[in-house]
Amino acid sequence: MKNSDEKLIENKGSFGALLLIGFAVLPFLYGEGIFSIGDINMLGRYMSFAILALGLGLLWGYVGILSLCQFTFFCLGAYAMGMHLAHHGGPEGIIDANGWKIPACLFVVYPYDVGESSGDALVPGFWKPFWNLPLTLILGILIPGVTAFLLGYFVFRSRVRGVYFAILTQAIAVAGWLVFCRNDVMLCGTNGLTRFDVIAPSESFHTFNPVDAKDSWIASHGANMDYDLNGDEKLDQLDYSIADVGFSLSSERVQLWLYWITLSCLFGAYLLCRWIVKSRLGKVLLAIRDDEPTLHFFGYKPHIYKIFAFCIAAALAGLAGMLFVPQMKIVTPSNMEAYRSVLVVVWVAVGGRSSLGGAVLGALSVNLLYNFLTSEQDLLFFKWSPDYWPILLGLIFIAVVLYLPNGLIEIVNKLKKKFASSHLVTNSSQK
Amino acid sequence: MSTTETDKDSEIEIISDSLKKYAEFRPSVVQSSIWSKKFVLFVENLSVSFDGFKAVDIPQYGIEHGELRVIIGPNGAGKTTFCDLVSGKTKPSTGRVYFDEKEITQLDESDIALCGIGRKFQTPTVFDSLTTYENLLLALPGNQGWKNNLLQPESKEEVEKIDEILEKVSLINQREMPAKSLSHGQRQWLAISALIISKPKLLLVDEPAAGLTDLETEQTADLLLELAEEHTIVVIEHDMDFVRRLGKTVTVLNEGQVLAEGMIDEMEKNEEVMEAYLGR
Repeated sequence: MKNSDEKLIENKGSFGALLLIGFAVLPFLYGEGIFSIGDINMLGRYMSFAILALGLGLLWGYVGILSLCQFTFFCLGAYAMGMHLAHHGGPEGIIDANGWKIPACLFVVYPYDVGESSGDALVPGFWKPFWNLPLTLILGILIPGVTAFLLGYFVFRSRVRGVYFAILTQAIAVAGWLVFCRNDVMLCGTNGLTRFDVIAPSESFHTFNPVDAKDSWIASHGANMDYDLNGDEKLDQLDYSIADVGFSLSSERVQLWLYWITLSCLFGAYLLCRWIVKSRLGKVLLAIRDDEPTLHFFGYKPHIYKIFAFCIAAALAGLAGMLFVPQMKIVTPSNMEAYRSVLVVVWVAVGGRSSLGGAVLGALSVNLLYNFLTSEQDLLFFKWSPDYWPILLGLIFIAVVLYLPNGLIEIVNKLKKKFASSHLVTNSSQK
Repeated sequence: MSTTETDKDSEIEIISDSLKKYAEFRPSVVQSSIWSKKFVLFVENLSVSFDGFKAVDIPQYGIEHGELRVIIGPNGAGKTTFCDLVSGKTKPSTGRVYFDEKEITQLDESDIALCGIGRKFQTPTVFDSLTTYENLLLALPGNQGWKNNLLQPESKEEVEKIDEILEKVSLINQREMPAKSLSHGQRQWLAISALIISKPKLLLVDEPAAGLTDLETEQTADLLLELAEEHTIVVIEHDMDFVRRLGKTVTVLNEGQVLAEGMIDEMEKNEEVMEAYLGR
């Protein structure tokens, strides 16, 4: 009993330390000019990857389900947020017959039928809900969640397990990538969604289409409606992306805020996963990993628990995608390629799949290393080329599997233990 | 249809303890309700074949309420397959299984478990990465839904119940140890404890004495006898000393069929049984 109490306090200590580093130390370093806003932005993006890794850590580490389509769920969230930003971004493009502005990125690759001209382009119906920010946030989590539910319902209920499930999800990742690459699904094909300028224009909180937004803008600005809007150059100003109704994504203040939001979401996601793991349901999840067939004879229906974990992982991936896009300012189908989802597995394996902290550590450390080693470095004896990165990553993966089966988190835990024991010794000697 | 209910009741009373008692059984929905009063578990025309080989083929068979029944038989006699059929692990090719006045043939494992059939496997199945305490926590009845598990921590009574049973099987010192670090005997006992704590109406215990020391075997037999006062138990066993110690009615299975039934001493005198055991 005493032992576990000590462990808890220790964990709380490191948790607090990480909070302090994330919320105070890094922004302070930025304020002092040691870190550029680009570094903060990069960290923010890697933290969104850490949220993605947390989901897989829960799914793979605790339930033993190896999902190889986490980046597909990530992209479902990312595309939701991307559509929202595209609606409100970029001055290019035209107003379609229904009064919606065709987003710039969609306009340039619009799949016209034979005989159609640019005047016939219409904003597709499924783009429209993403005008509204709260709706986008809900859909960005709901769409991957529901997709995972449907997939999980059919797959887990028919007791597809282990490597078969992994292959199936990998196939889904490839299929998703192929679909999103197609131009005629109206998601801008291989170009991806881009031309994002502003985030969360205040108009998008309570309006559901550009006409409402225009009216509310006119009302709030007391503009004169006597003149013909179409004939006036003010139309451009009234267009849906005016700087004074949104936060410019290129502003440093907004980027810092995005970093903070991502960090809070990372801690929130961590606490959620920890709560799940510590609850009785967490024990059932572990039991599924150990011996799923036996669990049936205790009266449990393991597929329900597996669907639950799969949905949580997918929803976290969607959240990560939504946080990633405004910081990256572009989302393309290359994010969905099959190997990307395998990379998540590598992050989690390197960090340590037996604990949630390991997943976060793995995602951050591998990505920071990637960031460092994909630029040319002049080392003492030879010139490091970015081409060597995949080889190094493979070597790291092999080394971790061979020598650190519990991942990098094991080193951290050992250090913590050492520190704690020396701490205890000094404490007792003081007494 | 001409016979009245009372006639049927008296028919059942007349049935003797010998194997012939099942012969009166007519597989029909009408009669099944009457038979349920006598038998907690009964099967009709139960058979399953794997690649044309009939592993189990039992016309009628039943376990009475509150009974401790031992099933013995040579290797490959279909003992474990019979358990698999009852607990839903294997679906029968033909026939029906009735338990507690319900037909359970088509239910899946978890629903059968919820009906009140608990099962201990040949090899002790415990969840390795969970502690002894957590293993029993999962076995507690009435908490199999996911919402319950997520939102409700264990109550004080439940903790006390677990500690009580851990005390009884002397695993209390291993309470916080992961189950993978337990010895084979301790794992057997943990698996049996998990079965007891789930409060099933019928316990299917597959080879509880396998790989245990003599002392542990004795203790296990005593534990089963103690349990038999409150539960209906079916024990599958190879160990003759263990079966003798239990001293209850024995059913001999051979080549998927019920060969004989009676006390162990009678069985040892039965030539057919000895032939099946020793081979032709």
